Amino acid sequence: MIRFILIQNRAGKTRLAKWYMHFDDDEKQKLIEEVHALVTVRDAKHTNFVEFRSFKIIYRRYAGLYFCICVDIGDNNLAYLEAIHNFVEVLNEYFHNVCELDLVFNFYKVYSVVDEMFLAGEIRETSQNRVLKQLLMLSALE
Amino acid sequence: MPTVRGDGMRGLAVFISDIRNCKSKEAEIKRINKELANIRSKFKGDKTLDGYQKKKYVCKLLFIFLLGHDIDFGHMEAVNLLSSNKYSEKQVGYLFISVLISADSELMRLIIQSIKTDLSSRNPIFVNLALQCIANIGSKEMAEAFQQDIPRLLVSGDAIDLVKQSAALCLLRLLRAAPEVAPSGEWTSRIIHLLNDQNMGVVTASISFLDALVKRNPSEYKACVSLAVSRLHRIVQSPYNDLQDYTYYFVPAPWLSVKLLRLLENYPPSEDPSVRSKLNECLDQILNKAQEPPKSKKVQHSNAKNAVLFEAISLIIHMDVEPALLIRACNQLGQFLQHRETNMRYLALESMCLLATSEISHDAVKKHQETVINALKTERDVSVRQRAIDLLYAMCDKSNAEEIVQEMLTYLESADYSIREEMVLKIAILAEKYASDYSWYVDVILNLIRIAGDYVSEEVWYRVIQIVINRDDVQGYAAKTVFEALQAPACHENMVKVGGYILGEFGNLIAGDQRSSSQVQFELLYSKYPLCSVGTRCLLLSSFMKFINLFPEIKNIIQDILRNDTNLRSADAELQQRAVEYLQLSKIASADILATVLEEMPAFPERESGILAKLKKQKELPDSSDTPKEQKHLPQAIVNSESVSTPERNGGGGIGMSQGGSMDLLGLNSPVADGLPSSMGGYSQHQSQPQSASSSLFDVFDSPTPQSHGPPAHQNGGSGGVQLVSEANAKKFLFRTSGIIFENEVIQIGVKSQFSPPQAVGQVELYYGNKSTAPLSNFNVQIRNSEAESLLTQLSEIGPVVQISAQVKQVVSTKCMAPFSAQPHARISFTLGNFPTNIDLLIPVYINKFLEGAAMNGETFFARWKKLSLPTQEAQEQFFAKHPIDAAATREKLTQFGFAVLPNVDPNPENFVAAGIVYTASLQIGCLLRLEPRRDDAKYRLTLRTSNELVSKSLATLLKDEF
Repeated sequence: MIRFILIQNRAGKTRLAKWYMHFDDDEKQKLIEEVHALVTVRDAKHTNFVEFRSFKIIYRRYAGLYFCICVDIGDNNLAYLEAIHNFVEVLNEYFHNVCELDLVFNFYKVYSVVDEMFLAGEIRETSQNRVLKQLLMLSALE
Repeated sequence: MPTVRGDGMRGLAVFISDIRNCKSKEAEIKRINKELANIRSKFKGDKTLDGYQKKKYVCKLLFIFLLGHDIDFGHMEAVNLLSSNKYSEKQVGYLFISVLISADSELMRLIIQSIKTDLSSRNPIFVNLALQCIANIGSKEMAEAFQQDIPRLLVSGDAIDLVKQSAALCLLRLLRAAPEVAPSGEWTSRIIHLLNDQNMGVVTASISFLDALVKRNPSEYKACVSLAVSRLHRIVQSPYNDLQDYTYYFVPAPWLSVKLLRLLENYPPSEDPSVRSKLNECLDQILNKAQEPPKSKKVQHSNAKNAVLFEAISLIIHMDVEPALLIRACNQLGQFLQHRETNMRYLALESMCLLATSEISHDAVKKHQETVINALKTERDVSVRQRAIDLLYAMCDKSNAEEIVQEMLTYLESADYSIREEMVLKIAILAEKYASDYSWYVDVILNLIRIAGDYVSEEVWYRVIQIVINRDDVQGYAAKTVFEALQAPACHENMVKVGGYILGEFGNLIAGDQRSSSQVQFELLYSKYPLCSVGTRCLLLSSFMKFINLFPEIKNIIQDILRNDTNLRSADAELQQRAVEYLQLSKIASADILATVLEEMPAFPERESGILAKLKKQKELPDSSDTPKEQKHLPQAIVNSESVSTPERNGGGGIGMSQGGSMDLLGLNSPVADGLPSSMGGYSQHQSQPQSASSSLFDVFDSPTPQSHGPPAHQNGGSGGVQLVSEANAKKFLFRTSGIIFENEVIQIGVKSQFSPPQAVGQVELYYGNKSTAPLSNFNVQIRNSEAESLLTQLSEIGPVVQISAQVKQVVSTKCMAPFSAQPHARISFTLGNFPTNIDLLIPVYINKFLEGAAMNGETFFARWKKLSLPTQEAQEQFFAKHPIDAAATREKLTQFGFAVLPNVDPNPENFVAAGIVYTASLQIGCLLRLEPRRDDAKYRLTLRTSNELVSKSLATLLKDEF
């Protein structure tokens, strides 16, 4: 299962933090810093997977943003790696060429996108079409 | 400013821009405080805030919170938003609550009420928002409030797909929060049939819930196997464009396929042949697709395809019954080992590690040995190299062990520091497990020390010593090899330890050669001595001591070394003590005694390797998860499940720490466990008889007297109560020096004591033997002594664990300062399993232990007897005979007690008179005794006269009822 999802920029600023298990606020901050230190030192020759505490981080870098998913050690690496990409493509569609600022100014909407695609630490919906249709419908509502 | 779609909140965007424009942290805080004041006044003062404004302010508060600031108001306004009729307002309200409100908030009741309202709303969007909120918070309280309502939403015919998806995952979250409230009975089959749902999104979501239920109760949900196989079959067989929305880069429903395959991994291979062949068809097809030319060059295509492939391979390994599939999987992974993407090589190594554990595919995996070794040399990512090591470890067997171990040794020289220790352990295990020739094994371990001495843990070098001691065919070779290794100008200290130990035991085997004569060996070891740590020096002193026995011709040189001020007067107590005691031993003991004391170590008991235990421990990672972690096969699992236990050789784990005397010379950290005389408590260096260096060989309990047992055991109740050892049981030690003082199913406590009355000192050795089937942990002993000023006691240190079947020795050193009447108690506490146990043990140190017989003639006796005529000097007891009145037995008892029985002194030949002296540090107390048996009424009259009231009384009390 997914333990948390983080979107961070290179400088370590968090653009999204979604937690699927309970952590104290201090612990969350520590996790954020550790993950940042872990993924930013890796380059293209490295895998997109890195063991982390008793879990593993599956991550992918898009321009200046790192999308990180923390999952259980036994989980399917490639499935989550593509889940990240699927999520990014939805964001890209939804925000018309998404950039970091979109995530800043529309943080409350990003949470909606996440909840459509992931829930309770599991993949909820994988069809970009259906997610986008739903999101557009919601946006049209007052 | 970026394009904000739909209803942007202008005020929010402005605020965020302001924050972003702040040049400093201070400016940001100032801006935030201004905003907080503004919002607070709006919330307080203006009652006419409309929904939009509330939403905007709540959203700002949320933003401030996400920046890392505390928010202490606005919660109520957020809860109010939940009852809004507008989606966007409700959404912000729910978001604020999921992010910011803790499960124990007092607002939770209100929130639950709002959620209830939304759940029963006819607007599916509101229902969905409520479900998502429950899934995000997932508290126990919510589980109780909603677990009944939500299953209906999941299976109802009217519910729309969107709601079903959320309901399924919401239930999963609640199941994790409150596992006791799982749906059952009528729901089972309806939940299973969600696998047939037309909507693949519903299947994707609900299969995660199903998977959790299956893990809890596989048999109840067994029917899901055939449905899952059918569903998988339909997906795998469908042309890539058939599934439309669910095709991802030409791969049909990759995530759903992965979830279906994982669901099947919860079960053994199906017994239904049609299900099984259908599944095999799917797996075959997935393997076939891997060989087809890619439909897209994009990495997304190959990733999605391979996600399914790896999961299929994982299932094939899990089933472990289809040789054809296993071999195909192996070949496929073999191709991936050379893949241009690092991800693929990494995953192939990881997967292959599991394949290597299957008997069917083990040999097929071995074909890739070259490639894997190559990966070790060329991969840039350390985690990939780590996987290569795991795989080499997993594929190793007798046929390739030498080569693999050699490659790993080579790599070790340049390996990353982070993985060196683990590598050392793995190499040591492989070398031992697959050694057909133990000289090879010895070479490997010495190489390990040479290459990565700092990473060679105690377990590893203990183990090589154990094996050398247990196998006499390798001892000569080992001695020769360590001798050569020690020639190097710079030797790792671990090498000195191993070398010192082995030469101390087996140096004689190579002493025939002039180039490694006794003197050469000694000088070689001694050349390392000054640079070593104290622990190693202690070990070397023991080795030198052993040399005295092996090579009498260099005894003088060694005595000189012991006499050297740096040893004999070392600032380190342990070192000094060893030097003093060894020197003394070498002077006093005859060659025969030395030969016994310093004889070769006995073979170690066969046990699981301590190295393996260490490797397992390294792999145990703390897991803070709130849900049971899914255990899938991991490379690590191989490490855990394997054992190097081969029946003939399996030395003890944790040697030297807990096996009493059997590891004497290695017991550097627990000096008392050292069998050589030590720990005399600091006040006296007196020794009467040196014990055997291998004291465990000579069983203290092997006394001819019948063993008596402690009170019946009732300790396993875990009450933590104290068990008392009966006084009566302890009193037998009035007349003897060794025996069992306490015993139950868990522990046996033996006593062996030695007193030296003229010096007023003595020591009691307590032997704790673990009889149970688990280690006794948190083992702790404390002394309670009500007369601590009269009787000094000092307890030696012992380790916190008594291993299974091990015996740990603890020494209580005592010194009698003044007469005493009460005995010290040892409070022994330990934990077995989770049960704490306490034992209150009387330590049998009685005043008579400091009593020594004094012979005198009748005249002297009666002269002294008359002098001691004050009432306070005499103590008298009358008691019934406990045993048949037997003069010989009585005389024997009095003698054992410490008196000198004076024959022909008393005019009545039936009576006994005896004399002795009680020694304390400050004074000597003359003691006279008269014991008058009266055969007619089977009674005794006992009279004690001493110059000290307490001594008279104590001795009389102790002897009362003993005849």
